[in-house]
Amino acid sequence: MSSKTLFDKIWDAHVVREVAGGLTVFYIDRHLIHEVTSPQAFDELTARGLTLRRPEQIVATADHNVPTRHQNQPIQDPLSRSQVDKLTENCAKFGVELYGLGHPYQGIVHVIGPELGITQPGLTMVCGDSHTSTHGAFGTIAFGIGTSQVTQVMASQCLLLDKPKRMRITLDGELRPGVTAKDLILYVISQLGTGGATGYFVEYAGSAIRGLSMEGRMTVCNMSIEMGARGGLIAPDATTFDYLQGRRFAPQGENWDRAVVYWQTLYSDEDAQFDAELQFDAGAIQPMITYGTNPGMGIPLSASIPVLNGGSEATSFDKSLRYMGFQPGESLLGKKINYVFIGSCTNSRIEDLRTVAAYVRGKRKAAHVEAIIVPGSKQVEQQAIAEGLDKVLADAGFELREPGCSACLAMNDDKIPAGAYCVSTSNRNFEGRQGPGARTLLASPLVAAITAVEGRLVDITQYVN
Amino acid sequence: MEKFQTLRSGVVPLPIENVDTDQIIPARFLKATTRAGFGANLFADWRYAADGQPKADFVLNDARYLGHQILLAGKNFGCGSSREHAAWALADAGFRVVISSYFADIFRGNALNTGLLPLQVSDEVLQGLFEVVAEDAQATLTVDLRAQTLTVPGWAQAIHFGLDPYKKECLLNGYDDIDFLISQEAAITAYEQQRSWIF
Repeated sequence: MSSKTLFDKIWDAHVVREVAGGLTVFYIDRHLIHEVTSPQAFDELTARGLTLRRPEQIVATADHNVPTRHQNQPIQDPLSRSQVDKLTENCAKFGVELYGLGHPYQGIVHVIGPELGITQPGLTMVCGDSHTSTHGAFGTIAFGIGTSQVTQVMASQCLLLDKPKRMRITLDGELRPGVTAKDLILYVISQLGTGGATGYFVEYAGSAIRGLSMEGRMTVCNMSIEMGARGGLIAPDATTFDYLQGRRFAPQGENWDRAVVYWQTLYSDEDAQFDAELQFDAGAIQPMITYGTNPGMGIPLSASIPVLNGGSEATSFDKSLRYMGFQPGESLLGKKINYVFIGSCTNSRIEDLRTVAAYVRGKRKAAHVEAIIVPGSKQVEQQAIAEGLDKVLADAGFELREPGCSACLAMNDDKIPAGAYCVSTSNRNFEGRQGPGARTLLASPLVAAITAVEGRLVDITQYVN
Repeated sequence: MEKFQTLRSGVVPLPIENVDTDQIIPARFLKATTRAGFGANLFADWRYAADGQPKADFVLNDARYLGHQILLAGKNFGCGSSREHAAWALADAGFRVVISSYFADIFRGNALNTGLLPLQVSDEVLQGLFEVVAEDAQATLTVDLRAQTLTVPGWAQAIHFGLDPYKKECLLNGYDDIDFLISQEAAITAYEQQRSWIF
């Protein structure tokens, strides 16, 4: 048998058939849905007289558009309320399991899938959300789709796809103090650019990746889309199996043993061929931050904003820096920051909250900073409370909210005001992403915590042991 | 889905790279539960000031380009969020074609599923097209989907563009993938019966 990449192994196992012209009828094992990208899909099904082919393979939650305060009360914004209500109605009508507001499993769709053990190695998963790539951390082919494709999966459990090219990004080396999974991926994206992996599915490999926890791996895979990749994935290993064992929907008993035997076959064969291979020295990576309006515009926190000399990118680059209020060549150190947002499907898991709490314990945020921390799920929130992190955060002046996507995309009331600077642990620094005129600087939870305390950007290497 | 065969139209030039779907349709406008009406908020934050007044310096508010159905944009158009609402907003505002030197994958698929043609050209052709429109705001391009050609005034040869043959047939006839996938029911059921890795 010829050697295969991890991606090929999972892809080949999900080919229903190949059709003329190089397209594949591709089977989807798990489908996650939420309130924003599903209502038109349900309506389309109804309009065509179709129904869900496999409702038991769909899980729903309300996350994008939910308030992060007073979730036990009716949603104030009538449009948000109607969208969340519509999800509830559709799930009841079509027989879909819903972890909606008030449910102990509610949370950001890419946080709850893994924590419930819905996400498993070797599966294919889709969701009408580009950060579905998160689930690739388990050795899963997972990617975001549009609403028409949501309808297609609902109706047929399949998609008609052309096969992406394969890229491997290898990160070897020991991480420096203060460098986290977020810094690794921000660095990689800064090297490839915001469209550098378009057309590819990326496998992350190397000692620095293997050394990450599952939560760190999720952070890395989550941002694959920010360099244009269809998705990212990591070969499952003992870290993966340890994380999954005993979770609500993980295989049990004999099935667990059989599953692990299969999962252990999911890796890229030694001589497997990739369409592109990149290698980076993880030991040289420093704590990162973005300075512009796409996630590829990242630099080490202590470096200076680059200076461009013409080229097709100049117009966009200048526009971006004008928006951010920065100058080419200047350092970000010392810049005053007004808001710190810790949350989103990139960094809202319990380890992220622990990192923040560990740093701010006994400290106090700067007076001019508003620091909000939004757990990724009810389970994360409950775990944080059980560990007493809520008190540590409150004592430091951080506001711990209720779960949702929140200020990552500012669909709800959690918006950053125009012109204000926000250090955010989320995934996108696009213009207006966190509210019209908001200026977002993407960074790790550790950088965010230190920034909140200092009230300005600092060289964090002097603050960590 | 609306059929697409040929289009003769003027162009709206947007020489910005990496236009993300948050610019095309900001998240706060995604609260609707139907597909209609997104065009009013297309490029909302570039198009309107905070008080709702049109910004004079944004191309969609420039009377010279009014009614043009081809958007000409810098590379990596449609990056970011998977929101199909971005393609719906462009189509709802009257666009039938977006020309760029490459598109983000999800946006490309969403556009094709919306009947909006993502027409990919080389960086050189893209640059040339921006120059043509800069010289003559009323320059009229012809897109012939069956022939897969883009005809530009003053250019000796039409530009050939690539497109998946299945997707081309879908656009020409106004079909989408659902009908095709439903027709694969027997193969899908047979496939499900032999799946061995679900535990």
